Amino acid sequence: MNLAAEVNETLANYSNVLIYSAMAVYTLAFLAHIAEWVFGSRSAVGRTAAAITVEAADRPRAQVTVQTGGNTAEKGGTAVLERPKVVTRSAAGSRDVPDGPGAAGGSEQGDVYGRIAVGLTVLAFLFHAAGVLARALSVQRAPWGNMYEFSTTFAMVAVATYFTLLALKKNVRWIGLPLVTTVLLDLGLAVSVLYTDSDQLVPALHSYWLWIHVSCAIISGAALYIGAVSTLLYLFRDRYEAQLEDPEGKQPGRFASSVLERVPSAASLDKFAYRINATIFPLWTFTIIAGAIWAEAAWGRYWGWDPKEVWTFITWVAYACYLHARATAGWKGRKAAYLALIAFGCYLFNYYGVNIFVTGKHSYAGV
Amino acid sequence: MSTTDTDTAADKAAGASAEERELGAAGSQLSTAPSEEISLPSLGVLGWARWFWRQLTSMRVALLLLFLLSLGAIPGSLIPQTSIDALKVQTFKDKHPTLTPIYEKLQLFNVYSSVWFSAIYILLFISLIGCIVPRTWQFIGQLRGRPPGAPRRLTRLPAYTTWRTEAEPEQVLRAAQRIMKGRRFRTESSGDAVAAEKGYLREVGNLLFHVALIVLLVSFAAGQLWKFEGSKLVVEGDGFSNSLVQYDDRKSGQLFNSDDLAPFGFQLDRFTATYERSGPQMRTPRTFNADVTYWDGADGAERKTRIKVNEPLEIAGYKVYLLNHGYAPVVTVRDGKGEIAYKGPVAGLPIDGANLTESMVIKVPDYRNKAGKKDQIAFQGQFLPTWVRSQGMFSVFPALDNPTLVLTAYHGSLGIDGGTPQSVYQLDKSRMKQFMESDGTSKYARALAVGDTMKLPNGAGSLKFEGVKEWASFQISHKPGTEGALIGAVAALVGLAASLFIQRRRVWVRAVTGKDGTTVVEMAGLGRSESAKLPEELADLAVRLQADAPPATEPEPERQPEPEPEAQSAPESENESENESEKESAPESENESPESDGEPASDSGPVAGGTDPADPSEGAHA
Ligand code: HEM
Repeated sequence: MNLAAEVNETLANYSNVLIYSAMAVYTLAFLAHIAEWVFGSRSAVGRTAAAITVEAADRPRAQVTVQTGGNTAEKGGTAVLERPKVVTRSAAGSRDVPDGPGAAGGSEQGDVYGRIAVGLTVLAFLFHAAGVLARALSVQRAPWGNMYEFSTTFAMVAVATYFTLLALKKNVRWIGLPLVTTVLLDLGLAVSVLYTDSDQLVPALHSYWLWIHVSCAIISGAALYIGAVSTLLYLFRDRYEAQLEDPEGKQPGRFASSVLERVPSAASLDKFAYRINATIFPLWTFTIIAGAIWAEAAWGRYWGWDPKEVWTFITWVAYACYLHARATAGWKGRKAAYLALIAFGCYLFNYYGVNIFVTGKHSYAGV
Repeated sequence: MSTTDTDTAADKAAGASAEERELGAAGSQLSTAPSEEISLPSLGVLGWARWFWRQLTSMRVALLLLFLLSLGAIPGSLIPQTSIDALKVQTFKDKHPTLTPIYEKLQLFNVYSSVWFSAIYILLFISLIGCIVPRTWQFIGQLRGRPPGAPRRLTRLPAYTTWRTEAEPEQVLRAAQRIMKGRRFRTESSGDAVAAEKGYLREVGNLLFHVALIVLLVSFAAGQLWKFEGSKLVVEGDGFSNSLVQYDDRKSGQLFNSDDLAPFGFQLDRFTATYERSGPQMRTPRTFNADVTYWDGADGAERKTRIKVNEPLEIAGYKVYLLNHGYAPVVTVRDGKGEIAYKGPVAGLPIDGANLTESMVIKVPDYRNKAGKKDQIAFQGQFLPTWVRSQGMFSVFPALDNPTLVLTAYHGSLGIDGGTPQSVYQLDKSRMKQFMESDGTSKYARALAVGDTMKLPNGAGSLKFEGVKEWASFQISHKPGTEGALIGAVAALVGLAASLFIQRRRVWVRAVTGKDGTTVVEMAGLGRSESAKLPEELADLAVRLQADAPPATEPEPERQPEPEPEAQSAPESENESENESEKESAPESENESPESDGEPASDSGPVAGGTDPADPSEGAHA
C-alpha cells in the first residue's frame, strides 16, 4: 500500500534495548569518573598543585622538552628535533601557568579509575552506536528524522568527537566527566520525553540533503558542545588563576581549588575552545548552505526566515561575533568566551526551543 | 605578540604593546585588520566625518553590528510574520488587541523588511565595504613589498633556534634562501640575514570571504526585487499556461514586470499519493507524485515528467513545485428541465490536515427550474475520502477508501453577477434559500457514494456523483540571483576555510661569524598566532639547512637556563623601539647572537603552547 520501506519492529526494539544498555554503561563510566576525581583530590600531587601553579606564575618554568616530528608540541616549551632545539616564547601579558595534572591529580589509583572510565565509555559508545545503527536500519533511512533520533545521534557524535580528540593525543581527558554527564542527561531526556516510535518520514524530508545537512548540523553541534564546555571551564579556571595571582584578594574555595587546579590552564582551555569553534565554523557555514539548497529544492526558496532558519542564522552570526571578538582589542579573553557561550546557547535553543515552542516549516519532524 | 596593525601612524597613537614595538616592523602587516583607534576626532566637519567613518569601519563597530543583527533577528522568529503566515498574524492580532498597535509601530510583524532591521544590515555592509576596500589596497601593497627584514634580536621571536657551523655565512644564507624558496616562501636577502614570508592566501581568503558576503547579499536583494511567485491548483486532466490570469494568487518583487513571464505550460496527467496505513504516524503521506506533460515556449515540444515534493520541474527559468493536493469530486448537475447545467470536477478545500475531509461548494449559475425560469443553484457540504458512518461527518483516512459526498442544496442568487470577485470555496447564502425535504421542516441533505444521484425536491433537478479526481496545487516561482547566492556562499566557504586554516608566518635566518670564528646561524619564526606548527616548521627548515650548514662537531654543553637579565628588562626594549631606525635588521646584531646561543629560551620561559594556525586573538594587539 505504500512504496516506503516497512518498519522493522524487531530492529527498532533492539535499538531501544541497546540504548538502554548504553545508558547503563555510561552510568558506570560516570561513577568511575567520579572515583577518579575523588581519588585525585586526595592525592599529594593534587593537593600541592595549587602551590605549583602560583609559583609557576611567578617565575619562568623550566623548559618542557617535547619531541617534534611525530607529534605536535602539545604544551608550551621546546620542540626538539634531532639537533635544532626550537625554543618557543609566549605572548606578552599571558600568564605562564602550566596545565593541571588532570582529573586523577597524579594519584595512581585515580588514574586507574580514569582509565576504567574511558574504557567503559568506549563500551557504552559501542552499545550506543549499535543502537543508533539498529534504529537507522529499522527505518532504512538516516537516524535523525525526529528529536529522539537527533538526540541519540547527537550524543553519539559528541562521544565520538571526544574519542577522536583523545586519539589525536589532545589533552581532553578532563572533559570525560562533564561529557558523560551530559550524554546521560541527553539520552535520559531522549528516551523519556522525546521518544517517538520508529517510522518513516513525510515526503518533504525525503532528500539526500537530509543526510548532508543534518549530519553536518549534528557534527557541528557535538564539536561546538565540547568547545562550549571548554569555554565554560576556561571562565572558572581563569578566575581561579586570577585569584591565585592576587594573594591579597579573595581566594578560591577548597572545592573549587581541588577541581580547578587539576584542569588545564586557562590559556590552554581558551585555545582549545577557539580551535574547535574556528574549525567547526566553516562546517556550520556549510550546514546552512546545504540547508538553503535543500529548502530551495523542497519549498522553492532557499531562505524564508522560518524560525529554524532564523536561529541557525543567529547562531552563525553569534559565532562570527566570537571570531571577530577574538581579533578585537579589549574583547578577547573573558568577553569573547561569553560570546561563545551565548552562541552555543543559540545552538541549543535552535534545537530544543524552536522545535518545542515555535511552529514553523521545520516542526513536522515530530517532537 | 605579533600584530594585526597595519598603519604605523595609528599604531603609535593607539599605543602599540611593548612587544610590538620591540619587534618593530618584523611583525607589522601580518594581517590587514583595521587598527583600533579610539582617539577623539579633531574638530571640524571633516574631522568628525572621518572619525565617524573610522568608527563605522572598525572591528569594534563591526562586532557591535553583528551582535545587533543576531539580536534583531530574534523577534521575527517568535512573533508571527506577515511574509510567512499572514493568517497567523491575523489570529495573533485578534488575540492581542493591546500589543498589536505597539508591534505594528515597531514593524514586528515584518521584522526582516523593517526599517530598523534593514538599517542594521545596511550599516553592517557599509562597514564591510569600508573594511574591505582599504584592506585590499593594503594587501596589494604588501604583495608588492618585500618581507620585512630581520629584527635585531631574533631570540625574542616566538620560535627560535641556533647552532654553530663551519660553513661560511654567505653560503648558509644562500642555502637558506634556496630552501625557503623551494618551500614557496617569498624571500628577501639583506645584509647578514634572509627574510621569508608565506601564507598570503590567508589574507586572500579573508578578503574573499568578506567580498563573498557582499555578493550573497546583493544576490539575495536581487532575488527579492525581481522575484515572481504564484500558485495554481490544477485538477487531473487540466492544464496551466504561464500568464497572469491563470494564477490563483501571485506575488512579485517591486521590479518585476509581468510582460516578462516566460511562455510555458503543463498539464496534470495524474496525481498519486500513498499514506502510512498503520503505526503511530498512520495517515502521514509517504509519497506524492504528480505526472505532468509540459512544454516550453508557445509551441514547444511536449515532454512528460514527474514532479515530487523535493523535485520541482525546472523550465524556462521557473521552478514548478508541488505544493499540496486534494480531491475533486466529479459531478453532473441537471436542471429542472433535465438539461446538463454543469459537468466536471469540483475541487474541494481540505479542512482537516491529516484525513483530507474537504469542504465542498458547487455553484451552478446557468440553471433553469422546472418551469424553465432562470435561477441559480448551489450545493454545499463535505467530501470525505473515507467515510465511516459511526465516526460522524469527518473522514477517517486520507485515501479514497470509501469516498462520500455529503451535500445540501440552495437556490436563489449566487451574488456573482455584480462582478465582485468571490472565492470559489465560499457560498454567499444571503440571497439563497435552502431546499427542504418534502415534509417541509427538515433541511434537504444527502450522502452520496460514487455513482449515486441526489434528486432535488419537487423535480428541481439532480446531481450525480460520477467519480473522484485528484487535484494538485503548484507553486510556480522565478527568482533571479539564486546562482549568485550559491556562488557567493561557496566562495564564502572557501575564503573562510583559507582564512581560518592557513597561517601567515615569517621566518628569518641570520648567519654571522661568531667570536670563535665559526658561523653562528640563528633562525626565528613569527606567525599571526602562536602556533604549534610554527616551531615544527622552523625545526623542519633548520634540519634542511643543516644539510648545507652542518652543526659544528663540538657539542654545546647543556646548561640549565639562566634568566638573561637583558631579556627581561622592559626599559631596554622600550628604548629600542623609540629608535625607529633600529627596527629594521641591522648589522649591529653581531654581538648579540653569540650571547644567545645555548638555551636562549630562558628569556621568558615556557609558553602557553600549541595553537591553531590562525588564532586571531594572538595576532591582535592588546
Ligand atoms: C556580515 C558580517 C560579517 C561576518 C559574518 C564576518 C565574519 C568573519 C569571520 C568568520 C572572520 C574570521 C576569520 C578569522 O578569524 O580570521 C572574520 C574576520 C575578520 N573580519 Fe569579518 N565578518 C563580517 C563583517 C566584517 C566587517 C564589517 C568588518 C570590518 C570592520 C570585518 C573585518 C574583519 C577582519 C579585519 C577580520 C580578520 C581578523 C583577523 O585578522 O584576525 N568583518 N570575519
